[in-house]
Amino acid sequence: MENNSDPASPLLEVRGLSKSFGAVRALQEVDFTLRAGEIHALLGENGAGKSTLIKVVTGVFPRDAGIVRLGGEEVAPRSAKAALQAGIATVYQEVNLLPNLSVAQNLFLDRQPMRFGIVREGEMRRRAKALLADFGLDIDVTAPLGNYSVAIQHVTAIARAVDLSARVLILDEPTASLDRHEVEILFGIMRELAKRGIGIVFVSHFLDQVYEISDRITVLRNGRLVGERETASLPRLELIRMMLGRELAETTSVRASATEHGAREICASFKGYGKAGYIAPFNLELRHGEVVGLAGLLGSGRTETARLVFGAERADGGEARVEGATVRLQSPRDGVRHGFGYCPEERKTDGIVAELSVRENIVLALQAKRGLHRPLSRREQDEIARRYVKMLDIRPSDPERPVGLLSGGNQQKVLLARWLATSPRLLVLDEPTRGIDVGAHAEIIRLIRELCDDGLSLLVISSELDEIVTYSDRVVVLRDRAHVEELAGEAIDVGNILAAIAADDAAMQEAGA
Amino acid sequence: MTALLPRRGLAQILALIVILAVDRVVSPQFFDLRLQDGRLFGSLIDVLNRGTPVALLSLGMVLVIATRGIDLSVGAVMAICGAIAASLADGHGLPVVLAATLGAGLVCGLWNGFLVAVLGMQPIVATLILMVAGRGIAQLITEGRIVTFSSPDLVWLGNGSVLGLPVPIVIALGMLILTGAVVRGSALGLLIEATGGNARASELAGVGTRAMILAVYVWCGVCAALAGVIAAADIMGADANNAGLWLELDAILAVVIGGTSLFGGRFSLVLAVLGALIIQTMNTGILLSGYPPEFNLLVKAVVVLAVLLLQSPKFSGLAGIAARLRRTKA
Repeated sequence: MENNSDPASPLLEVRGLSKSFGAVRALQEVDFTLRAGEIHALLGENGAGKSTLIKVVTGVFPRDAGIVRLGGEEVAPRSAKAALQAGIATVYQEVNLLPNLSVAQNLFLDRQPMRFGIVREGEMRRRAKALLADFGLDIDVTAPLGNYSVAIQHVTAIARAVDLSARVLILDEPTASLDRHEVEILFGIMRELAKRGIGIVFVSHFLDQVYEISDRITVLRNGRLVGERETASLPRLELIRMMLGRELAETTSVRASATEHGAREICASFKGYGKAGYIAPFNLELRHGEVVGLAGLLGSGRTETARLVFGAERADGGEARVEGATVRLQSPRDGVRHGFGYCPEERKTDGIVAELSVRENIVLALQAKRGLHRPLSRREQDEIARRYVKMLDIRPSDPERPVGLLSGGNQQKVLLARWLATSPRLLVLDEPTRGIDVGAHAEIIRLIRELCDDGLSLLVISSELDEIVTYSDRVVVLRDRAHVEELAGEAIDVGNILAAIAADDAAMQEAGA
Repeated sequence: MTALLPRRGLAQILALIVILAVDRVVSPQFFDLRLQDGRLFGSLIDVLNRGTPVALLSLGMVLVIATRGIDLSVGAVMAICGAIAASLADGHGLPVVLAATLGAGLVCGLWNGFLVAVLGMQPIVATLILMVAGRGIAQLITEGRIVTFSSPDLVWLGNGSVLGLPVPIVIALGMLILTGAVVRGSALGLLIEATGGNARASELAGVGTRAMILAVYVWCGVCAALAGVIAAADIMGADANNAGLWLELDAILAVVIGGTSLFGGRFSLVLAVLGALIIQTMNTGILLSGYPPEFNLLVKAVVVLAVLLLQSPKFSGLAGIAARLRRTKA
């Protein structure tokens, strides 16, 4: 090693880092320590603050509070480029190189070997070749980067970062689109780099890979640090509990009115419903006046289930029934026609029409359902908007305000209002409380209960297990894109859900031991 | 005041007033109107009359742009429909001529809409195809010649008058009212704005976004067909090479001047037509002033810049900051 740093001494130290976006506190006094030569997994569910942490450390976002030390010296990069110059390189899941340029050009972008103001192509090719050989890659460096697989693009991005004298390498979901063999190659390179003293931050939601490659694990949850552990001494169940659940043994008591089901009428049912490569066929019964929770880790198939149920994605097998009659759900329009509503997880891209007013956003689904030739008059629109603004306490209460100017919680309420206005029989809510401040959070949970008492059927996805336990009559647990367990009544508690999520992993661990 | 003049249209109305005032200065007779043989004459009438093709195009274009699309083919569609009208005019009655041309415009619109909505092509590329091919089709129809006609019915469409107003103006006004009635009288306006504002979200809310997109391209084709017939009737002939040439750009400009963002969403039919009038008022003014028409392009660019700056929230934000600074200093 060139630098005389002790392998166990901290290379990158983050202390008390905070960052808010409006009212949403994305990071609250987070600490993170990366030692030289270690592979450190950064884990957490969507919205836990992983990306925010990376982006604040690398200067993409300015920080509100806290310090970052690199090799003992305080650094405050103002941009990703400045972070790179300081020695912190990031490779994102979507490789941010230029697919139309050659591999060599990508490697030496911005720093091509020059002579008399002209790029020395030959020299650049030679050096690119040598650099990639270091990574066990022997490819034609003059071919466009886009011609190669995602794995090779990733290695190219890593090679470029390392060659730019990176001491810290942050890999954000690098394995998401790689096959098993490519993952092996990447892991080989990561181990080699770690041996050279580079500190690697590995963000992934594949727990198997985390256990395979990482020395240490830091878990974030809701923008806070949950803990840092050594991988070898952290059981999977414990890790999943750190990611999903607070220590909430008493939450079960909140769910006092454990209702007898079966007495209730079935609203919609799905039999052998699924789509190859998307989610394994599942059976699901949704009853009137009942909340069904979907629990599982990120990527376990929760959102996929929701989209299939609503019709946003087409099933390639199985049967769907609404009030007993077989139906075809080929598009969101079909879902809406059968009285379904869907509040997607990505409110900004899939939910609101930011430029339009609160009123227009609220009446949108109802108007689409009624059709072109039966327009809602302005009076009717005003009345509907006023009713829901009041009922859901949407603030500010001006229905003519563009919805993009509202806070996340109020946007979520507008989306709820959009579907309630259509008098649905089934509402699918994907992470309804994500990115919402604490006050609105409680209100939305209260609303879910009230809607259910009014006879609506609800399918709710949440990463907040104690939340799911609070309002669900039944909980479906998912793992690896399949429904693996259904809990009802007394059986619904955080411990049982965690056990179901981790069951397979635990079994594998025992088999491996 | 604010009730009469919506804040959104203020920049356009101011721009039109300024340009009219300038026109009055360069040409003292600009506001003169006289009645002759039951028809009004004067520079203002000229502006309206000359402005009809672009005004008609902008009526279709504004809807296309509201869905976050664009239609580059309208000039070529004008040429096709002008050629069809000229070829049929002397052998058939006006209803047949109109049915054939509007039908052709509809088919052109369907083609564009099919490429964009069904095949998912980028609008600018999809409509470029017809922009290029359309002029070729028009030349095939006219067999490379300038086809002239003398059918009095069709000539009336370009040069006649109704209640003292030239027929093209009446047609454009009628189309504005018809489009407004269809778009704002039904739910179409809201659903188009939602589709343009956020297509993914609208789709998930149950809006038939493909049908919306198809419909606006079809309407744009029909508007272009009408503009093409009027342009042909005006000169009593069809010139496949030059009819509607570059008018797609004027139409896009009119829409942008009218405050509709190229990123889709909110649109205003009236302001788009006002944008077309602003462009024509400038053109006429420069012609009357005796300056070489080359100036036209430069002046157009300056006026467009001015209108866009007036609309830009960032610019008014800067102006607001400047005002505050002045106040705090005082």
